Amino acid sequence: MLQTVLEAGTAENTALFRETYLAACRFMLRARLLDDKFAALWRSGRIHGGVFLGRGQEALSAATAVWLKPGDVFAPLIRDAAGRLAFGETILDAARTYLGSALGPMHGRDGNVHRGRPREGYLPMISHLGAMISVVNGILLARRLKNISGTVGVASIGDGATSTGAFHEALNQAAVEKLPLILVVANNHYAYSTPTSRQFACPDLADKAAGYGVEVSSVDGTDLNACLKTLGQAVARARAGRGPQLIVATLLRLCGHGEHDDAGYIDPKIKSSPAGRDCLKVAEEHLFRQKWADPATLAVWRSEVIREIEEAVAQAQREPAPDPFAEEWRAIATERLSETHEET
Amino acid sequence: MSITYLEAIREAQAHALRDDPRVFIYGQDVGAFGGAFKATKNLAVEFPGRVLDSPISEDAMVGLAVGAAIEGMRPIVEMQFADFSTVGFNQIINQAATLFWRTNVPCPVTVRLPFGGTSGSGPFHSQCLETVYAHYPGLIVLTPATVEDAYSMLLEAVAIDDPVIFCEHKLLYYHLKAESLPSEALPVGKARIAREGRDMTIVTYSAMVHEALEAAKELAPEGWEVEVVDLRSVKPIDTDTVMASVARTGRLLCVGEAWPWGGVTAEIIARVTSEGYGLLDAPPQRLNAKDTPVPYHPNLWAAHRPTARAIAATARKLLRL
Repeated sequence: MLQTVLEAGTAENTALFRETYLAACRFMLRARLLDDKFAALWRSGRIHGGVFLGRGQEALSAATAVWLKPGDVFAPLIRDAAGRLAFGETILDAARTYLGSALGPMHGRDGNVHRGRPREGYLPMISHLGAMISVVNGILLARRLKNISGTVGVASIGDGATSTGAFHEALNQAAVEKLPLILVVANNHYAYSTPTSRQFACPDLADKAAGYGVEVSSVDGTDLNACLKTLGQAVARARAGRGPQLIVATLLRLCGHGEHDDAGYIDPKIKSSPAGRDCLKVAEEHLFRQKWADPATLAVWRSEVIREIEEAVAQAQREPAPDPFAEEWRAIATERLSETHEET
Repeated sequence: MSITYLEAIREAQAHALRDDPRVFIYGQDVGAFGGAFKATKNLAVEFPGRVLDSPISEDAMVGLAVGAAIEGMRPIVEMQFADFSTVGFNQIINQAATLFWRTNVPCPVTVRLPFGGTSGSGPFHSQCLETVYAHYPGLIVLTPATVEDAYSMLLEAVAIDDPVIFCEHKLLYYHLKAESLPSEALPVGKARIAREGRDMTIVTYSAMVHEALEAAKELAPEGWEVEVVDLRSVKPIDTDTVMASVARTGRLLCVGEAWPWGGVTAEIIARVTSEGYGLLDAPPQRLNAKDTPVPYHPNLWAAHRPTARAIAATARKLLRL
């Protein structure tokens, strides 16, 4: 029975797998095109602050979120454009946040990748790496206290975040409480400019799982097919009560840390290695090989998404910016307890 | 029957757990053991599954509480000592304190900090961090000085829709007693006149309220009537009550057990001098702990923090200015 649950949808020859693959592929494409648009807007000076892309990490990100259901929790990080869309974020929410529309989910109080809708299980990341994992744990523990079962939570991090105390504390905490957490590590070989040789000394990040007493799977992060299987099974194991699941995916960030960064530090040898493949190209070739879509279909998808992006960006740009005079400048919910003292 | 400050904290938590199914307690040794100070004694038995031992992971403890709050719970996190909350500092000030501002989703988390100096506790079990937390927007910082306030303010803290840093003074845990628990209380955010006077105002909070009251008693036979204002909450500060007191007395001394640089005493003086300069008959003064880590040896410790005698000495100088 459990085996059936674990394999549901992850066996390659099923219609469900094909549907899921196609859906994930379209989220990857949407994310790539949306990222391209944000990069262009940034270069033309239309975006205030930084722009952080998920280029090269779309397969892993989409494959993670595409298995999540309503009621599940997702704490993405900066390279999860595809996962955010797969979890239900609208292109308009993303555009509003990057372009500073007052109507966006963050109302101009926070920007770029720091966006979410916590009440919908979509957590807005803070910049401190590893810090979102225990917040996901908290939602999952609360569900247990409320006798809600069957939901899972995903936290997404990179190789750099595995060095933080927050990562250690939260993964250990999830293991102690046996929470249905899926912790997805995108090992993209660099934390900003720092190579993994200066980040950790174990041969493989997956080695860490034994120390925490959690299950672990490694996956080629450039291969959507592999990512879908691995993540689908990990999500199913967590949902079935097997406790935290650590996923370590190997891939390469195909952009700078942010658009301000030319990533000149990336070793050309990694670029030409299998980890340096473009996961979107790999996924598209698989589509063609399987005859699930042809280049003409893909061109239609592409033009549809571009139109949607252009419309969302145009709308966000027309919308009002936040007004400092209309802003309440209140950091707490309890109005009567807000500090009334103001410098004159 | 009498009840201690510590028992009041335990009773408030029992009350909150009984009344509100959303409340749970998370912290080191809080379960079967009942907490390092026994502030959760028997609660794990009385409320099964709702008083949970945590690993020694202050960061993850607070992070978990924030997640639970997003999910509609009302977690109480016990830090074993306030000093260790610095390990969870990031989650408190960057996660809990920014959530409402960024998302309009409230973050009703109560973090209990057993704080303040006791003889022999040394640099890492004595710190006063109210000033540090009060500096950050998005937090409420409470500093109850009485058994009644420990009880009613903790109950209110759990009910407040914002992260509350609840600073409970360890020196008051056992020796401070009341006849019974209060049935009504001054709301959070209002200061209390702990003693009325006409010659000088001492503004203080937490354990220092009792030192200030001792000092006021010492000065009474000399003919001085000293008013003592107990802030109760250091964020927000009830500036109105402070200003009204200074308007009556014309002299201000601020006393805090925290370190002198910046902080609550500096904040009070800044507010009074900028908004009520004309009310002052003499330059306002303040008294804090010395600017060193908290010492271990009782001789050094007693000289490190303000005492009734030190307060009275500073007050005498101020009264003659």
